[in-house]
Amino acid sequence: MSSTTADIENGPAEPLPIATASEARLFWIRFCRHRLAVVGLAVTLLLYLIAIFAEPIAPFDPNHSSARLVYHPPQAIHWLDNGSLRPYVLAFRLQRDPVTLAATYVPDPHRKVYLGLWVKGDRYDLWGLFPGDHHLFGPVDARQPVFLFGADRLGRDMLSRIVYGARASLSIGIVGVTCSLLLGIVFGGISGYFGGRIDWAVQRVIEFIISLPTIPIWLALAAALPKRWSPLTTYFCITLIISLIGWTELARVVRGRFLAIRSETYVTAAWLDGCSQPRIIFRHMLPSLTSHIIASVTLAIPLMILAETALSFLGIGLQPPAISWGALLKEAQDVNSLAEAPWLLLPGVAVAITVLALNFLGDGLRDAADPHAH
Amino acid sequence: MRPTRMPTDSDAAAPLLELHELRTVFPLGQGRVLKAVDGVSFTLLAGRTLCIVGESGSGKSITARSIMQIVGPPGRIAGGEIIYRPYPGRAPIDIARLHPRGTVMRAIRGRDIAMIFQEPMTSLSPIHRIGWQIGEPLLAHRLADRKAAHQQAIELLRQVEIPNPETAVDRYPFEFSGGMRQRAMIAMALACGPKILIADEPTTALDVTTQAEVLRLLTRLQHEDGLALLFITHDMGVVAQIADDVLVMHQGQIVEHGPVERIFHDPQHPYTQRLLDASKKLGMAAPPARPVVIAQQPLLQVRGVTLTYPVQTSLFRRPQVPPPAVRDVSFDLYEGENLGIVGESGSGKTSLGNCLIRILQPGTGQILYRRHDGTDMDLVALDRQALRQVHREIRMVFQDPFASLNPRMTVARVIGEPLLVNGVLSGPALSQRVAELLAQVGLPRDAGQRYPHAFSGGQRQRIVIARALALNPRLIIADEATSALDVTLRGQILDLLLELQRSRGLSFVLISHDLGVIRYFCNRIAVMYRGEIVEIGGADEICFNPRQPYTQALLAAVPEADPRRRNLLHAA
Repeated sequence: MSSTTADIENGPAEPLPIATASEARLFWIRFCRHRLAVVGLAVTLLLYLIAIFAEPIAPFDPNHSSARLVYHPPQAIHWLDNGSLRPYVLAFRLQRDPVTLAATYVPDPHRKVYLGLWVKGDRYDLWGLFPGDHHLFGPVDARQPVFLFGADRLGRDMLSRIVYGARASLSIGIVGVTCSLLLGIVFGGISGYFGGRIDWAVQRVIEFIISLPTIPIWLALAAALPKRWSPLTTYFCITLIISLIGWTELARVVRGRFLAIRSETYVTAAWLDGCSQPRIIFRHMLPSLTSHIIASVTLAIPLMILAETALSFLGIGLQPPAISWGALLKEAQDVNSLAEAPWLLLPGVAVAITVLALNFLGDGLRDAADPHAH
Repeated sequence: MRPTRMPTDSDAAAPLLELHELRTVFPLGQGRVLKAVDGVSFTLLAGRTLCIVGESGSGKSITARSIMQIVGPPGRIAGGEIIYRPYPGRAPIDIARLHPRGTVMRAIRGRDIAMIFQEPMTSLSPIHRIGWQIGEPLLAHRLADRKAAHQQAIELLRQVEIPNPETAVDRYPFEFSGGMRQRAMIAMALACGPKILIADEPTTALDVTTQAEVLRLLTRLQHEDGLALLFITHDMGVVAQIADDVLVMHQGQIVEHGPVERIFHDPQHPYTQRLLDASKKLGMAAPPARPVVIAQQPLLQVRGVTLTYPVQTSLFRRPQVPPPAVRDVSFDLYEGENLGIVGESGSGKTSLGNCLIRILQPGTGQILYRRHDGTDMDLVALDRQALRQVHREIRMVFQDPFASLNPRMTVARVIGEPLLVNGVLSGPALSQRVAELLAQVGLPRDAGQRYPHAFSGGQRQRIVIARALALNPRLIIADEATSALDVTLRGQILDLLLELQRSRGLSFVLISHDLGVIRYFCNRIAVMYRGEIVEIGGADEICFNPRQPYTQALLAAVPEADPRRRNLLHAA
């Protein structure tokens, strides 16, 4: 079988005058063959764009509450108005059942709330720096409420809250993985490059950390955080706690790759060429590692996001008024409110989409990095 | 043993398998296909051996796999017929039309047509006993129950000449040597009494002495059972020894087909002629091309070098001290001379080569290297810094041209790396020098901008040689530098090395298992066996007048590329 691969490699290269595709370009070509991964990449980029520009993208202030709009159901967008493209939603009227006094919302066909792009609305400070009051989309008349994803128990817009929640949840993934990656590369690299006793010691430490039961440790550490800390401090501590456990897997991946590459003939050849040890590590070994590291990092982000969601859902992660998907899902813990307002589960859908997209992306990157693995 | 068979009674033998215009393709995407097998037709006769010979990528393995219907996806049979005639008078079966996982194909596979693979290390399951694996086809085809299968396995092991078959049957593959494993594979293939045996490079991974034994065994079994043997190999010597008929394949097509006598002594197609010339050039009868040595100044004096690999420490087991990989080796290498180190796998020749360039640190002994100013220095005692200086003068060419080039560096950077890190050249002068080196090894100028994956095995080995030459070395250690290459390329690479030697006054240590290559290239030969040099002397003296029994056995096992002189099958 291996004999034919030579022909396959040479075959398509012939029509071109010189095939000078770099390894990075080949990586990209292989990645693009993985359709699902390309979709994952697009979705991931979109989600991170939403997280970065949460303020103008969210139609309302996520903390704007209204006692009259508690558990307002989602409204459907009607695109055509009398044959012309003019999207609107029907306003809902609050009705009380005369017998049970239960509140129900009914659409009022005569009251149309028109939607527009880049409309004036709630004031905000983009990244706390740039004041603004225009939103990507929203009601043309800023005083009219619109709930595309419904409202929560304080009458706050779920769509805006999910958009703001993306910021905390997605950034915790990136920041957490960065911490893990630093620890993982340093310890995994030391372990893999030097081997011997150092490798033995580092591996035993990693095994010890892996053997710790994760959730109780998280619970204990998170519970130890003082309640009076600001949301930002809590956020960074939670990130640290999650990544303190998460680095071990990355360290193992890095160590494995170092061990594998260390015995490659071209590394021996580089040594015989007279290369110094740092040059061998950084110029000869690390470039072959980067794609693998990127792939395993991409696969580690969803774990971080899920860990944050789990902690916040249990009420020991981010605390209100901070908004994250896990904190939003905490609202859905109560069966009664869930029966009344099933749209409270929508942050869970956001988590699922994000995790799937990142996993597809990570799989695609890993396959592109290691085409001979299968 | 039977005499040399001449192809006379071919019409008497019954055709068992007929291929008509077989085409097997691999889709490449965007509607293009790779025609791995492109219109191949031949007939397999009972009791005869058909050899398919060709270089890597010629489609010979895919042809065999198509017959077994085990071409891995995305490959598929795109056309043609594979007519199998089980018995005279019974309806023939077209294998090409069967479903690869259907009952009919599964009944044929293993029972009527059996196959032996190249790698005896990976084609046996490591977790099952040998006997169980040999008996499995019998159970799968319901030809025996468990007990009978066990008995049959013992009988089969006896047939393939494995000593003490009663105990060997309960052993695991890791307890067997490579040759024994390949015998066990043969026993497994023969378990159901097949009519056709397909052997895909069954001896390529074996040592030359083991190869001779396995070839003798295969021909004996074939003769006794009247099997049709389809033997795939790239080695013209093996073909000459065992074939009745030969099929030469090139790029998926048959270029020549005929009796072995005619192919070897009256080849018609230029490709066949090229193949034969290349293998004759490295044969034992060909004129060698080794350089003329005038200087009698020793460049390297190796004295009592011993290397023992470190003991594997384990918590639970008492450490076992392994025997030394290199034991008390001493020899001289003269300036401008080529020394060949020959031996079987595990004889310590690669370890010795690695000691010479200090990739490995010998435990005891001296390696005295004579510098330009005439002083000697001991390579064994050098520290890191001094070693860097020596590595500018002693360079290495590795066996695997695919693994020894960094896939993420352009060829120009690979070749320029030793010049750059040693501070010899940089900038435009470096590019200039790289272009010169590329021209010297016969590569186009624009090759520097490309990445190693864009080159074939032979071209990559030229890149490795260019890198070795960059620092104007005095000694190059070539560890199996040609064994990963096709036979036509081997001669080219050796000639390139010799030409460079003439123009630059280099010395070589060539490590190889291939006596033909060594004899062609080297002035003197050292024969290694179990870590020791058992014999060292002039190339012709070793090849034509060996003193040690081991050297004699090694030479006797080299297959001669001439069907009129079948030295392997007539040997005791």
